[in-house]
Amino acid sequence: MTDAGVPPAEVLHVTGLHAFYGESHILHGIDFHVKAGEVVTLLGRNGSGRTTTLKAILGLVSRRTGSILINGREAIGLPSHLIARLGVGYCPEERGIFASLSAEENLTLLPKVGSHGMGLEEIYGMFPGLNERRKSPGTRLSGGEQQMLAMARVLRTGSSLLLLDEITEGLAPVIVQTLGRVVRRLRERGLTMILVEQNFRFAAPLADRHYLIERGRITDMIPKDELERRVPEIHGFLGV
Amino acid sequence: MLQALAGQLLVGLINGSFYALLSLGLAVIFGLLNVVNFAHGAQYMLGAFVAWIGLTYLGIGYWWALVLTPLVVGVLGMVFERLCLRRLQGLDPLYGLLLTFGVTLVLEGLFQNAFGISGNSYPVPSLLQGGTNLGFMFLPRYRAWVVVASVAVCLGSWLVIEKTRFGAYLRAGTENPPLLQAFGVNVPVMFTVTYGYGVALAAFAGVMAAPIYQVTPLMGSNVIMMVFAVVVIGGMGSILGSIVTGLGVGLIEGLTKFFYAPAADVVVFVVMALVLLLRPAGFFGRSR
Ligand SMILES: Nc1ncnc2c1ncn2[C@@H]1O[C@H](COP(=O)(O)OP(=O)(O)O)[C@@H](O)[C@H]1O
Ligand SMILES: [Mg+2]
Repeated sequence: MTDAGVPPAEVLHVTGLHAFYGESHILHGIDFHVKAGEVVTLLGRNGSGRTTTLKAILGLVSRRTGSILINGREAIGLPSHLIARLGVGYCPEERGIFASLSAEENLTLLPKVGSHGMGLEEIYGMFPGLNERRKSPGTRLSGGEQQMLAMARVLRTGSSLLLLDEITEGLAPVIVQTLGRVVRRLRERGLTMILVEQNFRFAAPLADRHYLIERGRITDMIPKDELERRVPEIHGFLGV
Repeated sequence: MLQALAGQLLVGLINGSFYALLSLGLAVIFGLLNVVNFAHGAQYMLGAFVAWIGLTYLGIGYWWALVLTPLVVGVLGMVFERLCLRRLQGLDPLYGLLLTFGVTLVLEGLFQNAFGISGNSYPVPSLLQGGTNLGFMFLPRYRAWVVVASVAVCLGSWLVIEKTRFGAYLRAGTENPPLLQAFGVNVPVMFTVTYGYGVALAAFAGVMAAPIYQVTPLMGSNVIMMVFAVVVIGGMGSILGSIVTGLGVGLIEGLTKFFYAPAADVVVFVVMALVLLLRPAGFFGRSR
């Protein structure tokens, strides 16, 4: 997506990130970066700190230290609404659909944070199921529909960096396939994404690079072209 | 006989209007900020006093007071939220309760010191003096106005919460403030505005009450116990629930006064105890 010869700019650059929930020290110096238009995964076992890494980027932990550059702006001291306005969109692991809002209210709730957000037409084209459930309370939707809704609403905001936490968790294979197509399309549009996934088979073909996390530290980085050779190693790491 | 019943029902409806206005504010504040605003009664008293002071010392009449007082007291509430309540965020809600309880004592003490314990009367505005004979009862015009205005303000608030964008933020924020903020909404400002709005509702009720009840430093303490009972019965944090329950509790009180007057003061608390036993989250509440 960038001109030949010019390296793509870094959308996110995290250095020495420590994060705490109350007294519990969860992240112990995370370092990683994501370039514009890249799709990067955070791979790790349950409890390794992947969700916490996303939350720490957004300021959703009780305390954090280190450096988080988003499009070149230091975000470590910002309150979370200003971080979102740097163009960061978030799909939380628990999906975060608001029960007292209808599906459409959920979809249109979030303020715009960038200028290239999708219109409702385009969104309903990409997720046809949502159009039919517009008036339903958000939490009456099926798990798959809720996940689509959680994705759709951040696409509307025009966020350029998406933090997607376990979007395939607990969903039927057909829906996982649909989500795979959506991620591919977003990638073609030039969106930058961080995928946290248990489902390595889902993430592997979508991502440019993979970061391995263990006990709150990044232990390795695997680019796409080394992936095939290192699959057994990754399976061992994930314990699958 | 019928006349007496209708009279008590009207009194019940008037009281119920005040309960509804006050419990609505409490419910909105509790829903979003998770603060039990014990100062609500004192803020209602402040509304009545600001109107009375305005009239007595500055010659500001009822209609201006009805607009200006909620603004003035609401802004004071916003300053209080910004400077004090905000510091207790994330702590046990008990701290907020204690702080607002303390503020209540301070406000009541200050007003007793300045204006004494005895009541000040506030005249009914000339436009609303007199009344209509309905045949079975005499309906004072001011009381009819209180019921209509309160119900209108309550329903208006409910519509804003259910139908507008700010209302959607409020509902979402009531469920999960940090997540809403991570989506780019300035939740701290919402907290301030919402607290100010709840307080302004209390002040509005205070101005409306001034021509009916005596304006005294303790007028808030008398009503706030009842309002907390309403909130417990209706369910903390439920908007429509607090409006309906407020009016309903006023009517129950009025009916009891008619059928067995000695029980009128306790009947609401008996209902409250029953609700707590049978439906701890309240009639309209969701357990959280
Ligand atoms: N709200 C919280 N309070 C305290 N500890 C937490 C909280 N959330 C997660 N943790 C702990 O932080 C560690 C990392 O959790 P998380 O980031 O959710 O892991 P992952 O997403 O990789 O499964 C785990 O040990 C978990 O128990
Ligand atoms: Mg997780």
